[in-house]
Amino acid sequence: MAKEKKSGSKKPEVKQSVTNSGIYTDEVMDHFMHPHNLGEIKDADAVGEAGNPVCGDIVYLYLKVKDNKIKDIKFKTLGCAAAIATSSMVTDIAKGKTIEEALKITNNEVAEELGGLPSIKMHCSVLAQQALKNAIEDYYKKHLK
Amino acid sequence: MDYAATSPVRSEVVKAMLPYFSQEFGNASSLHSYGQAASAALRQSREVIAKVVNADSNEIIFTSGGTESDNLAIKGAAYANREKGNHLITSSIEHPAVLNTMKQLEKEGFKVTYLPVDRFGSVNPKDVEKAITSKTILISIMHANNEIGTIQPIKEIGEIAKKHGILFHVDAVQTFGKLSIDVKTMNIDLLSASSHKICGPKGIGMLFVKKGVQIKPLFDGGAQEFHKRPGTENVSSIVGFAKAAELAHKEMKKESARLTRLRDKLIKSVLSSVKGSRLNGHPVNRLPNNINFGFVGVEGEALLLVLDSMGIAVSTGSACSSHDLTPSHVLLAINPDPVKAHGSLRVTLGHEIKESDIAYVAKAIPKAVEQIRKMTPRIEGVTTIDE
Repeated sequence: MAKEKKSGSKKPEVKQSVTNSGIYTDEVMDHFMHPHNLGEIKDADAVGEAGNPVCGDIVYLYLKVKDNKIKDIKFKTLGCAAAIATSSMVTDIAKGKTIEEALKITNNEVAEELGGLPSIKMHCSVLAQQALKNAIEDYYKKHLK
Repeated sequence: MDYAATSPVRSEVVKAMLPYFSQEFGNASSLHSYGQAASAALRQSREVIAKVVNADSNEIIFTSGGTESDNLAIKGAAYANREKGNHLITSSIEHPAVLNTMKQLEKEGFKVTYLPVDRFGSVNPKDVEKAITSKTILISIMHANNEIGTIQPIKEIGEIAKKHGILFHVDAVQTFGKLSIDVKTMNIDLLSASSHKICGPKGIGMLFVKKGVQIKPLFDGGAQEFHKRPGTENVSSIVGFAKAAELAHKEMKKESARLTRLRDKLIKSVLSSVKGSRLNGHPVNRLPNNINFGFVGVEGEALLLVLDSMGIAVSTGSACSSHDLTPSHVLLAINPDPVKAHGSLRVTLGHEIKESDIAYVAKAIPKAVEQIRKMTPRIEGVTTIDE
């Protein structure tokens, strides 16, 4: 699904429903206005956190793992549109992947799937990827000892 | 709802400007009739602008806008008075046009005191007086802050400057044509103003320079603008600026009362309907058109974009939405907690804002805040709201 979106992002079409201020792609605005996998998982197998409220962005990722695969993933993020969109996108990419596959997801991949990010917002994609990595490390710590 | 950023040019202003593009296109320095028509327009415009601040017309220097006026005032006064001293006083919440000019002067060997402000963003005149040394040559304080709207005690600071024989510059970009300004009773030596904040064209502004005050020009060139700002005068824009100033001045009392009422209505509505909301800046002593809200657990840019999708253009105090990621220096100055500096929203009203717009925004803001807060993680003491 994410792949299809990417190929469609070649021609920038500004949707009427979302006033795109010009700094973000339609994909970013779409994920920001209608985030995927938003919420918390009460009985999560692992939780990952990245960022801090001082810099303005903070991401929480919740994982449910079954048979070494990410069965469910949810996020809550305090931050700008890019921080929310990259959180949403990283959950889309990671969902259904094995733990090992999910660890290989890079922040560039997250940014590319969103049709790119302004350079000053690239750190948001790093935050999203870090939160996923931290969640997986939390899983290892809790379950694979 | 972002009138403090800029404003639409009024139709009366466009109409006044039009003849000065193709018909009355003369160079005001030329002696022939075309030049003299331009020269007359310049003279009249200068008189109109001077009247707004109770100055004489030959004390008004036209510039390219607020930024140039601030640069010309501060650098011009600093360079012209270097042998008298090297110390300048300003506040920590000035516009970047002032702050970065001060920083440049520091690199050139000047010393600058950046005065703190209280939690409402007010400068204490006593702090100004305490900061004065035998080397102080200029005090530069803004009339009202562009982000949080707080109005400074300009008259009191002017008295202190006069008592100590120190030049006083006021950045009045947010107040010219909106608040009453009298350079004589306020003891102001230099005052910056801009046209596009009062429904005039962009790219034009002015610096009031009190008779006898020496400033060194920023540019070398001809004798225009009393030898203080060379370059062929931008006659059409100057005429437009004067028209906008004339209208703003004429309507000031009524418009200020109207905007104050709308402002307070929106503040009251939002503070009572949104939990974890606060007003940044002074509750009373603020620009009639400025509102700055802070919301717990909400990032400013995200809120701005949700409101934008509802057709409301506002701005955020957190510069995250524009060019850098550090929280606003103004919000950090009034609240040392950087977490709070991120969740701010500036709503600024103007000429075309009506009662119905305020009612729409009053309903939209709580909805937008709720939409963002659904995405916010619960972090004790950070995103939680004290009851």
